[in-house]
Amino acid sequence: MQSFGISLDGTKNGETFAPAKDQFQEELVIRPLHSGDIYASFQFRTLWDTDFLQEGQKKVSHYRLFPKSLGQVLSKFSVQELHISFTQGFWRTMQWGQPFIPSPPGAELWVWFHDTVSDVDGNWKELTNVLSGIFCASLNFIDMTNTVQPSASFKPLGLGNATDHRFLRYATLPREIVCTENLTPWKKLLPCGSKAGLAVLMKSEKLFHSSFHSQAVHIRPICQDEQCTSKAWELRQTLNVVFDHYTSGQGKKEWSLFKMFSRTLTEACPLASSSKVYVDITDNPELSPATPLLSQAVVLGDRRTYSVYDLTRAETFGQLRSFNLLLRWKGDNMLRPLLHAERYVAGFGLQTGEIHTVIYNNHPYRAFPVLLMDSVPWYLQLYIHTLTVTSKSRDNKPSYIHYQPAKDRHRPHLLEMLIQLPPHSMTEVTVQFERALLKWTEYTPDPNHGFYVGSSVVSALVPSMVAMSTNFTQDQPLFSSFVPVKEESSYFVRVYTEPLLVNLPTPDFSMPYNVICLTCTVVAVGYGSFYNLLTRTFQVDEPSPPLAKRLANFIRRIRGVPLLA
Amino acid sequence: MAAPLTLLLIVAVTIRAVLFRSSLAELISERVEVVSPLNAWKRVVEGLALLDLGVSPYSGDVFHETPLMIYLFHFTVDYAEIVFMVSPYFVDCLSCLLASLDRAKIAIGSNNLKSDLLFNFPGCLRHIISFSTCGLNNAIIALFIFCTLKGSALLSGILLALATYQSIYPLTLFAPALLFFLQRLYIPVNLRRSSFWCFTLQYAFIYVGSLVVITGLSFFLLGSWDFIPSVYGFIFSVPDLTPNIGLFWYFFAEMFEHFRLFFICVFQINVFFYTIPLSIKLKEHPVFLIFMQIAIISIFKSYPTVGDVALYMAFLPAWSHLYRFLRNIFLVSCVLLACSALFPVLWHLWIYAGSANSNFYYAITLLFNFGQILLVSDYFYAYLRREHHLTHGLYLKKKDGTEATLVLK
Repeated sequence: MQSFGISLDGTKNGETFAPAKDQFQEELVIRPLHSGDIYASFQFRTLWDTDFLQEGQKKVSHYRLFPKSLGQVLSKFSVQELHISFTQGFWRTMQWGQPFIPSPPGAELWVWFHDTVSDVDGNWKELTNVLSGIFCASLNFIDMTNTVQPSASFKPLGLGNATDHRFLRYATLPREIVCTENLTPWKKLLPCGSKAGLAVLMKSEKLFHSSFHSQAVHIRPICQDEQCTSKAWELRQTLNVVFDHYTSGQGKKEWSLFKMFSRTLTEACPLASSSKVYVDITDNPELSPATPLLSQAVVLGDRRTYSVYDLTRAETFGQLRSFNLLLRWKGDNMLRPLLHAERYVAGFGLQTGEIHTVIYNNHPYRAFPVLLMDSVPWYLQLYIHTLTVTSKSRDNKPSYIHYQPAKDRHRPHLLEMLIQLPPHSMTEVTVQFERALLKWTEYTPDPNHGFYVGSSVVSALVPSMVAMSTNFTQDQPLFSSFVPVKEESSYFVRVYTEPLLVNLPTPDFSMPYNVICLTCTVVAVGYGSFYNLLTRTFQVDEPSPPLAKRLANFIRRIRGVPLLA
Repeated sequence: MAAPLTLLLIVAVTIRAVLFRSSLAELISERVEVVSPLNAWKRVVEGLALLDLGVSPYSGDVFHETPLMIYLFHFTVDYAEIVFMVSPYFVDCLSCLLASLDRAKIAIGSNNLKSDLLFNFPGCLRHIISFSTCGLNNAIIALFIFCTLKGSALLSGILLALATYQSIYPLTLFAPALLFFLQRLYIPVNLRRSSFWCFTLQYAFIYVGSLVVITGLSFFLLGSWDFIPSVYGFIFSVPDLTPNIGLFWYFFAEMFEHFRLFFICVFQINVFFYTIPLSIKLKEHPVFLIFMQIAIISIFKSYPTVGDVALYMAFLPAWSHLYRFLRNIFLVSCVLLACSALFPVLWHLWIYAGSANSNFYYAITLLFNFGQILLVSDYFYAYLRREHHLTHGLYLKKKDGTEATLVLK
């Protein structure tokens, strides 16, 4: 391992720190997709053998490869696991297959707190604000009105002692837009920044000119070996992007790194222990420069062959000290995704509606259960008695339903169901809702655009057609080791549906003063009528005498003389 | 009297049953003029479904019925139709009774029983197939009035407690009921007399006691006091701004946050505020006072529906002898009819067609409430005027012998 930076053998206060055992790996996977687009997935992993949360030790203050801002966040808020993703675009499962790392459109944040935390909500609030600053995103819009505590979905992906779902918080901001401002701080968290290694390819003008762009940070504690004798913290930064030059009309199924990223690779990150580029050659594309290194991996139930380019070896870069991959392919052979979900809103008008979630099980003969999690904002009032789950036009009763109704202006609806999907079928989940009229200050500046409802999450252990390997090796490529494989015959998949855009009835925003005046007028009319009738009595109307007579009576009264009639 | 009454009741049952079975029932039960977040049947079903799922119905913000409703409907949810068909009859029978009672007291006017029920019918028509618990609330209030008129203080107190428990506003009916009993027992309304206080305390004890018992029973149903903020907190703080025929929703949708609490207090006090002045003015006429109170509640409550309007309109035939003193009856009927026709039209234009906005529906709301206020104050004027004529004679003359005009001064 080339050690580029300054290695500190620190002595502080007369004590010696052992050098922190951390390592950094980076990899890029390029996969041509069935529809002609190309999928590039970057993963950067830092493993650090330390313990942020252990008490009685001095606080960790010497950061080398692990970014200090994230380390401080973890120790201050006692975070056990943190997953944050920013996505622009929607992953089209039926055309592109399953992604290595799924993410919903917008921003998604889910966190497991350590079970020593006493005020989880307070920590959550501060954490979202701090992360908002770190990533230059508006995560401060995450508050109790869009945070839920799923009871069955989102179990810890790393080691987890805390399985009490009171320590889990999940929030999603479907409206969040991802741009260069979010990419720059994300790149800064990398040990080499964007100056060396694979991160050099990440130029925003090309990355955001794509169908799908997702950048994420996943932090979790993992076991370092099979017996789990030592634990380490793993930080994975992933960036998935799908370039659509073919479908957007540029014609040929021919790609190069330069064409995709407008850059070529010149060197590996000196701090990285491994720096590799994997290209999916299962469909036998033409690849240049060729490489003898091949690797087979079973990811998401699919065995595929990859060409491996090791960037830590100087010969990869050739004479020109620059690595540009050229790819030309013809055939398309995609494994049909076994699990797929869609969601849409039905109904017309601004009073009621129906949310339909359709889940497809494309396995020819196996049925398997899926966990569907729906988080609907409070202003769409769900009626759970109208919930129907039908498979193959017959009622399919979920075996587990956890429903937490919304409290207006406090928390959203949470619906989790365990549904058994029959083989080769379509299951439809429908629920009716009513749209609420909000106070005029609660609308966004463009109220007629509509309100976003976050994606539903479908999690399942899908039976695999190909045996998966449960061996734990350090040399596994990163893209195949994101989700721990517990058994050979099934793999874990999380599918996100589309977010929904729902219109709410709006009051007239130009009218507050008028409305107050008019309503108070009507109330005052009522008050006035009753006041008159209550305080006055009926009298016979005697017309008042003419002026002359009144004057005469006035003078007579002064004189003390009897008055005129 | 029994035979035509039974015949009319049978006809009414048939018509109602037919309408319940038609597709009109579902359409009407969704309309905002007819159901409100407090009494929609859909929400009752939702609450029961939540209970079946093991979640407290009050943990969300969809169910705002009292726990006794859960008790009632848990067992009769399949027979709900029958419950809703039966309850409006109490109101019908009561209006007949009122009419006949008043006639016996006053001995003016024609003996036209049929006109009563027919008058009452359009009022109830709007809400008979509405599938809302408003019908049950109206039935309880009608029973309370019936027991009061029959002179049973115990039953009257219990039923008033039940009505107050359902929605807080019938609290204001305590004063007229008390005045009626005092009048019946020939106890003068004099704060210095011990007989007055004796009876008042007895009645208040019955009322408050039953209220406490009913509230305690509700606590034991679900084992928590959650229902108090969910039901009574909801009625008072008006968090749900679903459009209805009342004045609250748009007002608080457009309210500046800073003043919200102030105006909530003002609007809620407005309902209870007329009790004492009206009781002082109408202490000799408690039956009319009950009518006035019910009307004021129906107009100014936080979530009114046409069911509440139908309740006080059902009693209008009892004051048919006031017709000659009404000043604006034509205007008022035109306004109310026009508004009833325009409500669904403008709702459709706002919500479904998208070519109108909320201001149109709001304007009709304003006009409807204005018409109601005009109607109630007109009847009040007519009643007071008739009382004046009863004491001073029907044809009044001025000092010089010409015909006089009466004015309010």
